[in-house]
Amino acid sequence: MIITLLKKELTLELRRKSVIAGIGLYLFSLVFICYLTFSLRHNTINAATWSALFWLTILFSVVNSIAKSFIGEKRGLSIYYYSVASPQAIILSKILYNTLLAVMLSLAGYLLFAVLIGNPIQDGALFIITLILSGIGFSSSLSLISGIASKANNSNILMAVLSFPVLISILLMSIRITKNALDGIDRAASYDELLNLLAINCIATALAYLLFPYIWRS
Amino acid sequence: MKNLYKYIAVALLVYIHLGGLLLEAPRLNILNETVRALYFHVPMWFGMVLLYSISVYYAIKFLRNPLSDFDLKSVEYANVGTAFGILGILTGMLWANYTWGSPWHGDPKQNGAAIALLVYLAYFVLRGSVDNEEQKARLSAVYNIFAFAAMIPLIFIIPRLTDSMHPGNGGNPGFNAYDLDSRMRLIFYPAVIAWFLIGVWIVSLRVRYRLLQNQLSEN
Repeated sequence: MIITLLKKELTLELRRKSVIAGIGLYLFSLVFICYLTFSLRHNTINAATWSALFWLTILFSVVNSIAKSFIGEKRGLSIYYYSVASPQAIILSKILYNTLLAVMLSLAGYLLFAVLIGNPIQDGALFIITLILSGIGFSSSLSLISGIASKANNSNILMAVLSFPVLISILLMSIRITKNALDGIDRAASYDELLNLLAINCIATALAYLLFPYIWRS
Repeated sequence: MKNLYKYIAVALLVYIHLGGLLLEAPRLNILNETVRALYFHVPMWFGMVLLYSISVYYAIKFLRNPLSDFDLKSVEYANVGTAFGILGILTGMLWANYTWGSPWHGDPKQNGAAIALLVYLAYFVLRGSVDNEEQKARLSAVYNIFAFAAMIPLIFIIPRLTDSMHPGNGGNPGFNAYDLDSRMRLIFYPAVIAWFLIGVWIVSLRVRYRLLQNQLSEN
């Protein structure tokens, strides 16, 4: 069931090319604005600013692209899902799909940053592991919050308000590891943070799995 | 007998105010007399975390068995917890002004506390933007549980990873510096209990007030 739903998400997404293009363009505009406002041809930014800009860009593009996972859906569609699938299958398929999306967005963001702004990362493998782990964390918490926000009025504003406090712990951990990756410090120094990130992911996914049936019922 | 805890709370608070302000406090570097903030500032955080935990407890109860009473209690515990949190931040800023030199110092614990408050402010915004009473209760219960679990790492883990400027810190936010001093414990532990009981008392009053309001609006 999960696989079927995942396939459905993917085919739907590939059919509506404008959505993917929109997300990509959003990401590109964010990076380009960073590039222009710092007028980077003439001066470079230091590593700390790079990581702050990078994570802000990722945060905004991920929040905006995952928000649509429930908010955009029509009412009739959710009633149809309700009759054919269990809520657990739905949330798991959404989390998987959104993880894919978030990881692709972060990798694309990294690429754009490397091209336009420069790539001060010294430990690339560690940084990419961080990107994947934070992508999982973002997608599991944002999928649930998108489900909550979709039931309320003015869901777009609500999405941002509800998600930022929850995401801060993931962001803080990721920024900490990014700092180590930027300085090229020995990997053993980042194990604690990686474990913490993993633990936060487990908590978020387990909670999303347990709690989603309750918001689904209405 | 039902009101016993109120008498205990009042008696303890009288004792804490007299004892906390008048009894001998240890002379510590930099802290000096501001060490007495321990009796009033720290219990606010203990109270906030306890009240939020009870709020989550009622949120779980509500999801298992949707009675509006559980929802009401969950909201009111969150409300009073937030009030404790704001008082904790204000008393902390007052204290930091004298010991650290400025009210807001970017200490990891300060930031964690501010984020914890943001979570619950977002919770109230969520409640404000759903019209259907039953749906409002269920959505906010789900968010309450989720956000609380996501907040725990902030308050308990992150300050341990970085050095905080709080006394007794340097990797561990315990009360190392005071552990030797039993005179302070004599006042600090009752203070935690008393402020928490006051919080519970305020919640019970607010719950009764809300129930009466609901009854009036029904008639």
